[in-house]
Amino acid sequence: MYEFNYHKASSVSDAEQALRNASDGKIVAGGQTLLPTLKQRLASPSDLIDLGGCSELCGISVDGDTVTIGAMTTHAMVANSAEVQSAIPALAGLASNIGDAQVRNLGTIGGSIANNDPAADYPAACLGLGAVIVTDKREIVADDFFTGLFETALDEHEIITAIRFPKPEKACYQKFPNPASRYALVGVMVAKMSSGVRVAVTGAGADGVFRVDAFESALDGSFSASSLDIEMVHLPDLLEDIHGSPGYRENLIRVMGKRAVEACG
Amino acid sequence: MTNVSMTVNGRPVSADVEPRTLLVEYLRENIGLTGTHVGCDTSQCGACVIHVDGKSVKSCTMLAVQAAGCEVTTIEGLANGDDLHPMQAAFRENHGLQCGFCTPGMVMSAVDLVTKNPDLTDTEIRDGLEGNICRCTGYHNIVKSVRAGSNAMKAAE
Repeated sequence: MYEFNYHKASSVSDAEQALRNASDGKIVAGGQTLLPTLKQRLASPSDLIDLGGCSELCGISVDGDTVTIGAMTTHAMVANSAEVQSAIPALAGLASNIGDAQVRNLGTIGGSIANNDPAADYPAACLGLGAVIVTDKREIVADDFFTGLFETALDEHEIITAIRFPKPEKACYQKFPNPASRYALVGVMVAKMSSGVRVAVTGAGADGVFRVDAFESALDGSFSASSLDIEMVHLPDLLEDIHGSPGYRENLIRVMGKRAVEACG
Repeated sequence: MTNVSMTVNGRPVSADVEPRTLLVEYLRENIGLTGTHVGCDTSQCGACVIHVDGKSVKSCTMLAVQAAGCEVTTIEGLANGDDLHPMQAAFRENHGLQCGFCTPGMVMSAVDLVTKNPDLTDTEIRDGLEGNICRCTGYHNIVKSVRAGSNAMKAAE
């Protein structure tokens, strides 16, 4: 790990100020991706600004049909929250399968989304459920937030404060985890919202998380697994790596999508 | 250098370290508690699991500065004098280790796991120990140990 200066921010505005003052500052939330990245010397920020002391960023609240989760809320808190389990069980279930118990005790929803790893689970939850990402400056809908591989719509000094999830009529996330890393080789979130069905896929896209229009219209017509026996037209480029070919991943999108629809009931 | 203070196994400790110092390095090299092991150093193997404010974490994937002011428990803090913690005793009685390198992390993860849920099935124990890797035992006796340790902890309450 290269050297850096460390700041423990006491509030979001304190963190934003520290970020502005740093020549190349980086926010650390739970650190479960950032620290391994620093250890491999793949990043060398001048300053690390820790949100661990910003208690206002931590917590879960339910207001009518909206679940709001603070950016520093850990995966374990989301997974074990009775409120999330009752309002959006698919989201609690997704959180309970990220990494392992120790990673879930430190890793945060805000950190995961800001990092936008192409195989992370939370981007599929945000895009699939049509979440709104709240920052210290504005609100960004998930459709506009995830812009590419490890890229988001966040400005240089912008900090995520919370994520607002609308409650679906029903939803399910099915993931085919890489057995070693537990990252999604393919993960599919199917959500039946009042406005229609949304299907978001993580792990497969060469540019990160994406929606499958063909599946959405098919499920809007008939919400059943057999509706997905159609051609997935207009798919983006799919990832090709040692874990799987694009064809393998495309097949998994259908298989995981069907399982998700079936599990929705 | 930054002065980092925390409470480790009930004892206040303090050391001047660089901000990039990992919590596990702080514990082993500055505080001298070498019971917490570094296996993979990539947050895969779980040999470095400790408790920070009552939650199990991988101390190779946390900075010492992030734990400043926290209550930390390491494997050295579990036993009561010469009396092993029930989970430690269960690992010994059930042959839950061979070389023992992964054991400090296994025990710390297991204590957190069964404290949160004392009535786990064997499958749930295996899932709960997903973040801990053992290259000797094949896990069978580890699961047996955790089950026995869980029962002993309940009996001790």
